[in-house]
Amino acid sequence: MTTSADVDQSAFVRALLDPELPPPNGVEASHGFAPERRFAIYRNNVCVGLVDALAERFPICLQLVGDEFFRAMAQCYVRERLPRTPMLFEYGDAFATFVSDFEPARALPYLPDVARLEYAVGQAYHAADAAPLPLELIRALPLDRLESATAVLHPSTHVVASAYPIVSIWRRHMSDDEMTPVELEHSEEALVTRPELAINVSTLPCGGSAFVDVLRNGRTFGEAMNAATAVAADFKLTDCLRELILTGAFVALSVAQ
Amino acid sequence: MGAHSAPEHSRERAASSLPARAGVGFKSAHFADIEASARDVGFFEIHAENYMGAGGNPHAQLMRLRRDSPLSIHGVGLSVGGAEPLDRAHLRRVKSLVEQYDPAAFSEHLAWSTQGARFLNDLLPVPYNATALAHVVAHVDEIQEALGRPILLENPAAYLRFRSSQYLEIDFLREVVRRTDCRLLLDVTNVYVSATNLAYSAEDYIDAFPMSYVEEIHLAGYAEDVDEVGAPLLIDAHCAPVPDAVWRLYDRALARCGPVATLIEWDNDVPPWRTLLTQATQAEAFLERRRAVEDGLKSEALHDDLG
Repeated sequence: MTTSADVDQSAFVRALLDPELPPPNGVEASHGFAPERRFAIYRNNVCVGLVDALAERFPICLQLVGDEFFRAMAQCYVRERLPRTPMLFEYGDAFATFVSDFEPARALPYLPDVARLEYAVGQAYHAADAAPLPLELIRALPLDRLESATAVLHPSTHVVASAYPIVSIWRRHMSDDEMTPVELEHSEEALVTRPELAINVSTLPCGGSAFVDVLRNGRTFGEAMNAATAVAADFKLTDCLRELILTGAFVALSVAQ
Repeated sequence: MGAHSAPEHSRERAASSLPARAGVGFKSAHFADIEASARDVGFFEIHAENYMGAGGNPHAQLMRLRRDSPLSIHGVGLSVGGAEPLDRAHLRRVKSLVEQYDPAAFSEHLAWSTQGARFLNDLLPVPYNATALAHVVAHVDEIQEALGRPILLENPAAYLRFRSSQYLEIDFLREVVRRTDCRLLLDVTNVYVSATNLAYSAEDYIDAFPMSYVEEIHLAGYAEDVDEVGAPLLIDAHCAPVPDAVWRLYDRALARCGPVATLIEWDNDVPPWRTLLTQATQAEAFLERRRAVEDGLKSEALHDDLG
């Protein structure tokens, strides 16, 4: 249905995304002069709006690299990958991977995992509501049959394993407290839950995220234990379970009869 | 209160049920203040796309707001002016949100924002010609069919124009209304911004606007710049208080359409709740004065005295 008199919207988008290109044919300012500055408003709206959306989504990454660096990096991401839906809270799903390939950010090797954690926090924020499993039901579980039991995770439950202390970094930047240095030479596995409305970010013992991933796939605690000990031979099952239960990571457990 | 002074069209076939009062765009940062205050605003408006997650705080807050106040849902992502078919998945999301909250009004823009499955996150301009008209009409029809109600369509803020335009903006909107039976959301700031940027008279635009279809007004602040030849360039930034020139234009619009639901939009550099509330109070004063004028003109005493 397009005629030659129309401005092709794909040409409009190409000019929006590439500042080297002139404004698309067929647009003009009212006074007959070049419409460059006017077209640049749309260009700027698109870019700044999406960079702002990423800044809101990844506030700790922004703190870690500073406003100027973050915005330059985010702008590269925007040019490379526009949102696929109008729901901006989903935007940035590939940001962590982009950051890990972003040469100028190599000096901060933990940055991609902090971005992963922040994306998980955002997903948890918008996740479906569900009542976490009450403690008394958990206490009533026949522990001798735990091996064959399966779990339903709370829709907000996410894990992020990192070779860096991402939870400590996240916490330090979230709090208004005096900045205390984080010892970078240790790994952390993050657990994100939102049992009611408040987000909870805590750490699982090493192997814990593998444990949760197996449970998420509907497999048994026995299989989850196997996966966790493959990651960490000294996997601390009790600590892991305690953390998962106290943070409301489960909505149901079922024990095979 | 405002109903008896509403124009014939909207009195009998209104597409929306927002009160003829001042409302504000809801920001989650204001939630605690709203809860603690007497929440003396006529309605709240939200952007549909921010409430399309499954649960959590956004829905908890929105349900709370909806319980006590009329709600207006404003879509920014349907790309009504897009040359390609509507994103059906997105339309389904809008439909389910509208069904869940049953808002007093649903509105969208005369603009496009999606191209080739890429969302540009801006309200991009539409040439006012027969091709674009066919797209807009088909899309408004499809949205109204899906939602089972007429929508309000908002006039855009323009920075440039298309050589291929054959209609004036007002005539284009009028034609969309005629063919789809949608209603209009008059953004007075957009009128002022477009008129300044494209060098026409904002007053003439207001005087010619098809007011009998207007069921909501938007007011906001803009940012100021100049173009390469020093001509003023206003940017619809929703980042500041409503300027005097826009209040004057608003008053002019009210004189033609009567008291109508009026939203204060402030989406960037969001101010403290009190500041936003002061803007709403100011709009409420204009509505009140308009009501008084209309009541005065209609009062029996006046008719008796003159008769």
